[in-house]
Amino acid sequence: MTASTGRGLLHLAAALDLPGAYDPQPYTELVRLAERGALDFVTLGDSFGRPGPDALAVLARLAPVTGRVGLVPTVTTTHTEPFHLQAAVATLDWVSRGRAGWQAEVSQGEHEARLFGRRDAAPPEALWREAADVAEAATRLWDSWEDDAEIRDTSTGRFIDRDKLHYVDFQGATFSVKGPSIVPRSPQGHPVIVVDATDPHARDTAARYADVALVRAAGPAQSAALRTGLRTAAAAHGRDPDTLRVLAALAVDLGEGEYAAEPGHGGGGPRPSPYGPLYRGGPVDLAELIAAWHSSGAADGFHLTPVEPRRDLERLVNGTVPLLQHRGLFRTFYPGSTLREHLGLARPANRYALVGDPS
Amino acid sequence: MTSTHRGPGRARRRMHLAAHFPGVNNTTVWSDPRSGSQIDFASFEHLARTAEAGLFDFFFLAEGLRLREHNGRVHDLDVVGRPESITVLNALAAVTDRLGLAATVNATFNEPFELARRLATLDHLSGGRAGWNVVTSSDAFTGENFRRGGYLDRADRYTRAAEFVATARELWDSWPSSDEAPRPFVHQGRQFDIAGRFTVPRSPQGHPVVIQAGDSSDGREFAASSADVIFSRHGTLEGGRAFYTDVKDRLARYGRERDELKIMPGVTVVLGDTAAEAQERAAEIRHQQISPQNALHTLEQVWGVDLSGHDPDGPLPAFDPDPDSALVQGRVRLADPVTAAAKWRALSEEKGLSIRQTVIEATGRQSFIGTPEAVAAELVEFVDSDAADGFILVPHLTPAGLDGFVDRVVPLLQERGAFRTEYSGRTLRSHLGLKAPAGERATEPVSERVEDSVTERVGESVS
Ligand SMILES: Cc1cc2nc3c(=O)[nH]c(=O)nc-3n(C[C@H](O)[C@H](O)[C@H](O)COP(=O)(O)O)c2cc1C
Repeated sequence: MTASTGRGLLHLAAALDLPGAYDPQPYTELVRLAERGALDFVTLGDSFGRPGPDALAVLARLAPVTGRVGLVPTVTTTHTEPFHLQAAVATLDWVSRGRAGWQAEVSQGEHEARLFGRRDAAPPEALWREAADVAEAATRLWDSWEDDAEIRDTSTGRFIDRDKLHYVDFQGATFSVKGPSIVPRSPQGHPVIVVDATDPHARDTAARYADVALVRAAGPAQSAALRTGLRTAAAAHGRDPDTLRVLAALAVDLGEGEYAAEPGHGGGGPRPSPYGPLYRGGPVDLAELIAAWHSSGAADGFHLTPVEPRRDLERLVNGTVPLLQHRGLFRTFYPGSTLREHLGLARPANRYALVGDPS
Repeated sequence: MTSTHRGPGRARRRMHLAAHFPGVNNTTVWSDPRSGSQIDFASFEHLARTAEAGLFDFFFLAEGLRLREHNGRVHDLDVVGRPESITVLNALAAVTDRLGLAATVNATFNEPFELARRLATLDHLSGGRAGWNVVTSSDAFTGENFRRGGYLDRADRYTRAAEFVATARELWDSWPSSDEAPRPFVHQGRQFDIAGRFTVPRSPQGHPVVIQAGDSSDGREFAASSADVIFSRHGTLEGGRAFYTDVKDRLARYGRERDELKIMPGVTVVLGDTAAEAQERAAEIRHQQISPQNALHTLEQVWGVDLSGHDPDGPLPAFDPDPDSALVQGRVRLADPVTAAAKWRALSEEKGLSIRQTVIEATGRQSFIGTPEAVAAELVEFVDSDAADGFILVPHLTPAGLDGFVDRVVPLLQERGAFRTEYSGRTLRSHLGLKAPAGERATEPVSERVEDSVTERVGESVS
């Protein structure tokens, strides 16, 4: 499997993380900025182990004050109930009218396990295997209602056609779920699944279930290699690799002047940092870097984590984005309304619906 | 009038009002052409904005964690399908300003750290408007959707719920204030053995408001010890009074005052321009709620056997019900179906009623039916005579079912001094006149709650 490149516009996403913010106001300002820049989606990280609000809640709070941008919270799979998780993510899709995603993550370590007291910490292989099970159960539950299950048929007195509701009967190593979901199939059918595939333990789960995989790479060659590997693995799982978007994940510090990329940051690429690869410089050079990586087939787009959110997101949206638009590499408006549409991904067929059903 | 003993100028005891989103149940009339979506956000927004325009205390969402089944198949006659509550309430926080936002969340199928965090987040994102209705349904049928892979014995449901709520409060209290560092928590109990640091700072209400819905003696005791509000099903004057006395009498045992727990029955209201018109409309609604199929279905719930051969317009079955039947799943069955069946048969024979007519008569819940003036007077009467501190209104229609109440009844309640004319506080706790939880610093004026409690004492001393 080789990388297919140059297929249309690149995708851009940004992290909304604001340490210490619990009030909706600063998040609202940032998400509106991201939407003004026509970004595909924003992410909000989450973990039980460090201070911060529930990410899915924050993005649900932002849904009514935005109209187009995708909303992707991290929801961890290790200590949660898969049934609740899928219902909450599907509900985010309902309240945002088709703009929800879910970044799957695992909770490692004894520290987080003690907050729940239900199980001991497990090694990352086991946690990611379980995350894959949660993704499998979630997607089955998202299909457990066919789209036209609600019939409101007054002649027979039936609100739903129960033949279009399905038990998922999922049996995993650590849990089982009966189904159907309590939530009808959401606007996107399946909210978009995002997995950070940098950690090799996460890679198989990403190849199998992710619509968007994030990779933290120090240079375009490494990113391209990761992308090719993920596409090959996706194909091995029976997927069309073109249904997987691979975004290069970069931390960005746009605090320098317009052109003042530090040596080795602009044309040369990002440097390793505690946040992963870090680009430090101006918005113009960042546009340069993004264009160069994209054209070399390193990634289908970028997920950018501003080091100083208010400042850097503003510079990204008002500086980098217009340059990429000017070059015809990035959209100038949202042609669709759902996150899947922004990403150029089809609405998934329902696995339980009868194929070729004439009715 | 019960209010004549109050001198002029003396404020009446104010009632509390909440709006129940008419989702999944057979109260909701989906066959009406005005019935909208039970899942689109626009429906939630409409009802919440209506409730806020009516100055309601809170908006309320019920919960079901497995689709109900009947005779081994998913029940298909009533509204099915709902969103996950806390997520919807977070979105509603963006389109409302003062309205309390209460979610029903089961204590059996959740964990304290995660839920305490989600509720504290909702409280932050809404500026102090979060409420949690703690329910305890704990059956194996629902348990099949969960990791726990099982369920609790009925006897243990409130043991877990009580420890759950206490643990959540320990977590909320572990941040002394929003700008002090959290203390590490350690909780070692029979249900939970957890330790660490809670990761959300003290929320605007300190503790989100805790509501309880459950009717057993254990449930009432749990409410008396731990809840701020009870959502009851005792909506008749007599039943309401008995329940009110029973529950309020339990409070002293926990060192609590009688007004620290608000009792709010779930009720329905049908309005008309005349009493006759309202009665006619109520009868029409009952017929829509109990379709011929629903009548047989309800009968099967009592009898516990398949009655599909029976004619809904014909007589009740001649045989006795099966008391041990598992025909119905995911819904509480009558405790004593044999006695219930005998009552239904007597009713049917006495009045010459068909199956459908019997079900309509026998399952009717207390409703307030009449002109806006009559309904307002009756609601006030309930509160004045200690049958309720307020009401959770359960409309028949999604999402416009409370429009008429807010337009026509709320102003009359306000004229009588029985309901607020503006929100004086910002938090749900303040709307309900509840004390700040111990350890919390007061963050806003306490005018409304002072006024309420003084009025109540005056009312008690006079009557
Ligand atoms: C008015 C009322 C509303 C209730 N709403 C719900 C609900 O939305 N979801 C739920 O799972 N249980 C609900 N219940 C069930 C109770 O939470 C409780 O678990 C059940 O009644 C068993 O407790 P009990 O034996 O004390 O009644 C409700 C009960 C009452 C009385």
